[in-house]
Amino acid sequence: MPILKVEAVTKRFGGLEALRDVTFSLYDGQIKALIGPNGAGKTTLFNLMSGMDRPTAGHIYFGGKDIGRLAPHQASRLGVGRTFQHSKVFDDLSVLDNVKVGRHAKSTAGLLSAFFTLPRHRRDERSISEHAYHALRRVGLEAKAEEPAGGLPMGERHVLEIARALATEPRVLLLDEPAAGLNNEETDQLAESVRRIRDQGITVLLVEHDMGFVMDISDEVVVLDYGRKIAEGPPLMIQNDEEVIRAYLGEDLN
Amino acid sequence: MTFEQLLQYVASGLTNGSIYALTALGFTLIYNATDIINFAQGEFVMLGGLSAVSLHEAGAPLPVAFAGAVLTVTVVGILFELLAIRPLLRSGVLTQIIVTVGASLAFRTGALMIWGRDARPLPSFSGETPVRLLGATFNRQTIWVFGLTLVIVVALQLFYRRTLTGKAVRACSINPMAARLMGVSYSRVVLLSFAVSAAISAAGGVMITPASFMSYASGSLIGLKGFAAAILGGLGNPLGAVIGGLLLGIIEALSVGLLPGGSSGYKDGVAFLILVLVLFARPQGLMGGRIVDKA
Amino acid sequence: MVAFLRRHVAFLAFAVVMMGLPFFTSNTYYLSVLAFTATRLMTSLGLNLLMGQAGQISLGHAAFVGMGAYGSAILTTRFGMNPWLAMVVAAVVAAVVAGIIGIPTTKLKGHYLAMATLGFGEIVLILLIQVKSITKGTDGITGIPSLAIGNLVFTQYNPRAMHLLLWGVALLMLRMSLNLADSRVGRALKGLHRAEVAATSLGVDATFHKVQAFMISAVFASIAGSFTAHYVQYISPGSFTLTFSVLLVTGVVIGGLGSIWGAVWGTLVMMILPEYLKQYEDATNLVFGILVIVIMIFLPGGLVSLGSALGKLRTRVGGRDRRAADTSDPGSLEGNARRPGGAA
Repeated sequence: MPILKVEAVTKRFGGLEALRDVTFSLYDGQIKALIGPNGAGKTTLFNLMSGMDRPTAGHIYFGGKDIGRLAPHQASRLGVGRTFQHSKVFDDLSVLDNVKVGRHAKSTAGLLSAFFTLPRHRRDERSISEHAYHALRRVGLEAKAEEPAGGLPMGERHVLEIARALATEPRVLLLDEPAAGLNNEETDQLAESVRRIRDQGITVLLVEHDMGFVMDISDEVVVLDYGRKIAEGPPLMIQNDEEVIRAYLGEDLN
Repeated sequence: MTFEQLLQYVASGLTNGSIYALTALGFTLIYNATDIINFAQGEFVMLGGLSAVSLHEAGAPLPVAFAGAVLTVTVVGILFELLAIRPLLRSGVLTQIIVTVGASLAFRTGALMIWGRDARPLPSFSGETPVRLLGATFNRQTIWVFGLTLVIVVALQLFYRRTLTGKAVRACSINPMAARLMGVSYSRVVLLSFAVSAAISAAGGVMITPASFMSYASGSLIGLKGFAAAILGGLGNPLGAVIGGLLLGIIEALSVGLLPGGSSGYKDGVAFLILVLVLFARPQGLMGGRIVDKA
Repeated sequence: MVAFLRRHVAFLAFAVVMMGLPFFTSNTYYLSVLAFTATRLMTSLGLNLLMGQAGQISLGHAAFVGMGAYGSAILTTRFGMNPWLAMVVAAVVAAVVAGIIGIPTTKLKGHYLAMATLGFGEIVLILLIQVKSITKGTDGITGIPSLAIGNLVFTQYNPRAMHLLLWGVALLMLRMSLNLADSRVGRALKGLHRAEVAATSLGVDATFHKVQAFMISAVFASIAGSFTAHYVQYISPGSFTLTFSVLLVTGVVIGGLGSIWGAVWGTLVMMILPEYLKQYEDATNLVFGILVIVIMIFLPGGLVSLGSALGKLRTRVGGRDRRAADTSDPGSLEGNARRPGGAA
């Protein structure tokens, strides 16, 4: 049974159709990529999966439950983690505090515990710290824990977003252009991180323009064009799909 | 309530409503150019009224006092933009609120020092004898206020639709980046918006003074109601501002007539109730304003 | 112990100074200014949580101070309720009202949020003036009883005890605010403020936490109002106008929204500066208004950013190219959506 299933999803913004009748599935332990030219509807789909927006028609099932109409925090609590194409790091918080926010739903200390630093608050804070450090170690950012997040270079900002999402203990991780702004070496490190994350039992769906990265890392690729799914399959098959090549108008898929 | 009474209320509502409309229009011009809500807008109204009072007391005939007051406040508006607003164009909403509120405090206190605490009158533009129409009596000033407001609204509309400068301003409000690329000077557009905004608010102040006097403290409530009117019509929509203003004036006047006990004490609350209800239920207003901040 | 001291040195030093002041002066005028400063600080701390941490704006907080003051006054003078109990009841009412209006209000942003809260404040003020049968209208309510613990009665004629009580509570609220800022809830609020979508994608319930912050700030304000009512023993609607709401916000912003301490410095400046400006009589507000504008333009991060602002200035003057440590502008709650020249 697929962990995430997009079923006949259509999304319209006024008269503009961003997604039309898109269907595909994501299986446990997969790394799957979502590619397509700009404006193909990739981020829109991410937004629907993470509760930021609602499909006009169709359903999104996560572990058998329709999550298409949930609020973002509900989707997150069910186990959908995500990062953003345009960095949404909390700039003036430290790297560590950024990740600590990711532990929000996994801890419970409320207002009174916080006001009076009751034992529950202290217990929570210890566990939050441990998990946050753990998440930073998973992406190799622990050395910068105390630095202000706003000072990180572009690539590391995205890595921080990954750590933050990992802290929520997601079952599915949605990565929106994680390799943007990375050099070759950093891209390789990122690929390594993503594989490690998958090996730890987290299913990954990523949007990416770096075709080398996509073809290298993905088990399967879904291609969107003008809001429609035009192909789905293993990287080798996608690279030789005529419709895909036509959609990319000669862009080098290798 | 008889039909005549109803007419009477509507007429009195249109008088205040016209001033709300001009103030709302003033808000809208500045908001469209800068995304700033100018909390000192009502003070332009007050300064207009009191300047006209002083000029008239110094012997200037009414039309000259009117023009002089509008000119004075326009200069104040321009100075305000240059000194306080220009450094703020890139600041956050909160900083902008605080500074324009600080300015309104400064304007009000300045007015207190110049004109004292008393509310000051101005003679009606054309005598005090009321006019009878449809069985109801109308204050002549009502007709002046409403008529001049219409003239100002139409003139503004022509300016923004027909002249090159007007079109440049509109271009800036739709897409400042593109407008700049086309060679429109953004800072000049902002300056112009403040000048025009101050001028029409001041005109409103001069017109309302014969009907309801003016004191250093009158501006803030007019300003807030002008804002409620702008929200009611749809923030950023000039036509909405005018309609919202007139509508608010009429609702206010009718509420005095319809509320049990005829208490006018609650009258001022009507504008705020409308403001809050519109913001909660339909933030884009009646006419559909620009999109509510989703930043 | 050393670590504890280091972490709390600023708070402890401030607490010792404030609690010690009445033992160095018996000037009742100074002590009364300080008493009002304490109640203002209570309100400012709540507003700082709401605005600085959660990124909301309220131009109607005078209403919550008014609810506390009127709640205490009405419950004690009309129903003979114990003042302490009345204070709690008033705070609960304020919290409930904040919760109810908070749900639609906190969905709004920027100017819309400011205006909705302003409208709320004005409506409450008009009710205070108009519902004469309960509030006695513009006459106000007199004869509000003093607070007392056993035989110890807190009045203006017992300024030291009053000072210790008010500053004790204000300092407790300061400690609570500092604790909250460094907690799970505090971080959630900061996350919502900096990047709401990101915070919600991490499991933070935006509406819940914003409304909660609104309610806390209302409770702080209400308690401040109750203390003021029992201290002055007379209240009238004139104290709860829009001007007061604006002064509250101004104090918090001038102090700086980036840190809880901003509420402290802002309150001190807002309460003590006008005392110095009194010599200008009618011009007090003019000078004050201009000062506010100048501070906001040249120090958008508020007084707490004075240190880093001076540092930046020094680097600029010195011509050294050092990256500024503090690039954040806590004064900018919502980035202005359509900045000329900014990236779209």
